[in-house]
Amino acid sequence: MSYPIELRNVSKSFYTMDQELLVLDDLSFKLNKGEILGILGPSGCGKSTILNLLSSLISPTSGKININGDIGYMFQKDHLLEWRNIIDNITIGLEIQKKINQESLLEIDLLLKKYGLWNFKHHYPHQLSGGMRQRVALIRTLATSPDILLLDEPFSSLDYQTRLQVSDDVYKIIREEGKEAILVTHDISEAISMVDRAIILTHRPAKVKSIHNINLTVQGEKSPLSARKAPEFKDYFNILWKELDYNE
Amino acid sequence: MNENPISKEYLDFIKEKQKKKRLILIWQVSLLIIFLFSWELLARLGIINTFLVSSPSAIYKLLIEYIKNGSLFRHIGISLWETILGFSIGTILGIIIAIILWWSDTIARILDPFFVVLNALPKTALAPILIVWAGAGVKGIVVIAISISLISTILAAYNYFINVDKEKIKMLQSFGASKFQILTKLILPANVKNIINIVKINIGLSWVGVIVGEFLVSRSGIGYLIVYGGQVFRLDLVMMGVFVLAICALLMYQAINLIEKLIKR
Repeated sequence: MSYPIELRNVSKSFYTMDQELLVLDDLSFKLNKGEILGILGPSGCGKSTILNLLSSLISPTSGKININGDIGYMFQKDHLLEWRNIIDNITIGLEIQKKINQESLLEIDLLLKKYGLWNFKHHYPHQLSGGMRQRVALIRTLATSPDILLLDEPFSSLDYQTRLQVSDDVYKIIREEGKEAILVTHDISEAISMVDRAIILTHRPAKVKSIHNINLTVQGEKSPLSARKAPEFKDYFNILWKELDYNE
Repeated sequence: MNENPISKEYLDFIKEKQKKKRLILIWQVSLLIIFLFSWELLARLGIINTFLVSSPSAIYKLLIEYIKNGSLFRHIGISLWETILGFSIGTILGIIIAIILWWSDTIARILDPFFVVLNALPKTALAPILIVWAGAGVKGIVVIAISISLISTILAAYNYFINVDKEKIKMLQSFGASKFQILTKLILPANVKNIINIVKINIGLSWVGVIVGEFLVSRSGIGYLIVYGGQVFRLDLVMMGVFVLAICALLMYQAINLIEKLIKR
């Protein structure tokens, strides 16, 4: 059986005139069908390098990466283009892929209505709040109907309140649309509240240190907000905190 | 704006602001009048030498004369045409070259030292050679105008282009954007304001090029009027030329400001 994403013995080095820098060292992991996978690691350990590899912006020095499906990338910042209004910002991906048609536009209208942005369709980015901008960025990513979402600390530029709200939205969208996702973060609580499985990376060069299944007992439907109230939440937090070993 | 009645304090505030604005305008106009009036007066009383500084009335008379026989508009037309050609060709060519440099880092690095030297060189020093190469007349003058603005346009535009947020480029690449798409959908629209600023600077530089060119070779144009007036010691002609030049440059600058406002909307 094939996985949406599979990395086998992937290494990546960066070269400068002064030195060779090994960033990823023999990395192997899989993303299962319908799963949200978290990648946690100390800052500067090479998390972004993994995402750049997965979105084919760079290629590995050695090893194999198998990807089955289209990738959608969600960035730390919204990167909305100030001179385009909201709808034109959202369609930029389709525009690049020359896939704008009646069907895709209807799909976008639906998403805009669903996430409370319909009335802001013709507004410009500077007229929107941080949370709304990030939701626009998410719809921009979803508009090209990717199978797998890569989330690169997508909430870290938001204030705490908005952050919880937007992560709730994003979680629901991923589940409702039945997509897979890889969430890269250094925020332990965020990871526990969203992911099914968490991979802990070591300091650079990054290796897989350990993998944890996150099973939370939640009343009703699981969401990042309700997950934070689960009795196991604290235990996972302690385990992951120790694993990440911030005191090293 | 809202249903609250406008307070008396607010009205006073508005009044105060308008009063100040009026006061400034009155001062500006009076300063100009005082300057022109005392110039005229001193000239008539023979305190200053009209042979060297002319007088406002003499300049005015000459201006009317040149307007009446239509030659003023011919001179303005030629200089204006040369300037417009100079700055538009200089700007467009400069931006095209900047795009090429942005496209290929290797070319940019190869050409870098040459641009640095050319940029440091005072381009007016090249004017005599350019006249020889491109020929006297409009062609030579336009080439001088282009040469003055071209290098600075290339360097400024290239610098703007390579400083566009790398993460935004990455965002477009994540959708599979080609280099050409990155150029047309990000690099150019992100720099509209900067390009307008380059145009503004180039208008000024082109006027310098055109006037220098007309000093050197031409038989018509504002620069010709000025240099001819100087040669035959007709200072009223020189002053009129400078005055007309100032008005033309101002109008052109305002036109660009207007275009800028239209684009922003």
